[in-house]
Amino acid sequence: MASFARFVRLAVGAWALLLLIGAAPVPVSAQQVNPTASSVHEQQLLQELDRIQGRVSIPDQRSSVLVQPQGREWREFHNVTLRWIGGVAIIGMLAVIVIYYLARGMVRLESGRSGRTIVRFNVFERFVHWMTAVCFIILALSGLNITFGRPLLLPLIGLEAFSEWSQWAKYAHNYLSFPFTIGVVLIFLMWIAGNIPNKADVEWARRGGGLIGHDHPPAYRFNAGQKAIYWIVVIGGGLVAASGYVLMFPFYTTGIEGMQIAQIVHAIVAVLFIAVMLAHIYIGTIGMEGAFEAMGSGEVDVNWAREHHSLWLDEEMARTGPNDTQPQPRHAASAAQ
Amino acid sequence: MARMKFLCDADRCIECNACVTACKNEHEVPWGINRRRVVTINDGKPGERSVSMACMHCTDAPCAAVCPVNCFYTTADGVVLHSKDLCIGCGYCFYACPFGAPQYPKVGNFGSRGKMDKCTYCAGGPEADGSKEEYEKYGANRLAEGKLPLCAEMCSTKSLLAGDGEIIAQIYKERVMKRGYGSGAWGWKTAYRETIES
Repeated sequence: MASFARFVRLAVGAWALLLLIGAAPVPVSAQQVNPTASSVHEQQLLQELDRIQGRVSIPDQRSSVLVQPQGREWREFHNVTLRWIGGVAIIGMLAVIVIYYLARGMVRLESGRSGRTIVRFNVFERFVHWMTAVCFIILALSGLNITFGRPLLLPLIGLEAFSEWSQWAKYAHNYLSFPFTIGVVLIFLMWIAGNIPNKADVEWARRGGGLIGHDHPPAYRFNAGQKAIYWIVVIGGGLVAASGYVLMFPFYTTGIEGMQIAQIVHAIVAVLFIAVMLAHIYIGTIGMEGAFEAMGSGEVDVNWAREHHSLWLDEEMARTGPNDTQPQPRHAASAAQ
Repeated sequence: MARMKFLCDADRCIECNACVTACKNEHEVPWGINRRRVVTINDGKPGERSVSMACMHCTDAPCAAVCPVNCFYTTADGVVLHSKDLCIGCGYCFYACPFGAPQYPKVGNFGSRGKMDKCTYCAGGPEADGSKEEYEKYGANRLAEGKLPLCAEMCSTKSLLAGDGEIIAQIYKERVMKRGYGSGAWGWKTAYRETIES
């Protein structure tokens, strides 16, 4: 009798063991659980998903996200990584420009001024350029203020003044994004024809674009450097605009994770954009004699055009005819070659 | 000094939302803003738990770290507060916060954000304690009156605990010991980099 009882106990034990092994892979919902003692655990949920979401009974359904620790990585990016990227890009570019200016100085018009001019950018082109440029400068300063203002400017002017300035800077940043975006779209459309890369760009790049030495590689209306600027403006401008609107219209297109990514894209593209634009501003002003006139009065000296955009000048003169631009420079040009 | 913390004992929360209502009423929080909310995890399934969540008043608060205008400050009690006079409504604290605590009144055009609003641990703001200005901007300052946050004070099941971190952790530990289970101190690991061993 005792041995039979032992046999029963053994059999029950074996069955229980089998059941236990069999039950292990069955999902939680199918298990027999004690609803009081067994419950969801935060760490387990965070390991399975990268955030914890549930149900809320208040109208704001976005508040159903309980915990999402990704903000830590974003914080690290904003407070450390971005400041390094921005600092190195912008100060690095300024240093390169200063060293280049000290070494090379202003790129002079080697053949002097001819006294005759040729139209390079019409009124509409200049309007679009300056509208975009003014917006860009204000957007850049107000944007840099958000990233670098707290460590650099705030200690100098104090909390209240800094907050007041930042508030206006934020308004300017939000509202000027619209004319800036329109400017980028117009730049894309009106200069696309002259900015398709071609063979002349390879030659221009191979000869260092005249940046090193006193070479003047031939170029059409836009040389390879200007084409690079064009595409940086179009693509970079497109990216900052798109990511900026995601941030400006919270939850229209994406949630918090999306906005964190949008801010990262916005900030990285923006600081690199600013660095590139510093070089653009340099070469368009003190970097090169006669360059500013192109966007200033819209007319450049014919000798400037020949030195920097010889193929474009040939095209223009063929189009307008020798009566308009006088044949003399052309002979000089062919004699020089 | 005490280090004030919140602890929601999810095994006790019955999702009555009284903490949410009490908070809205006590501080006259405007429409569309919820300083506190109750989130139910695994709703309708075995092991379902509800957690009442607001600003956790983090140690080394991410909101304060990323704020471009440095409008946050931590009181001697470890409560994270901010100045609405300095806030520019940029939304950065909202990107950084793990608990979705910062809220923005929708003002002006498109999605533009007004001054950020969040749980103050019933401790008001930088204005004089109990002043009219403080009440209008941040709500009641119960802490200055020697009272704890109302959400926790009136919690019917005493699920939501507020007070000195060490004391509420001790209360929670005793509960877990006595009943033999506990779903953990929600948000503590993220907010305070520590959890309550149970």
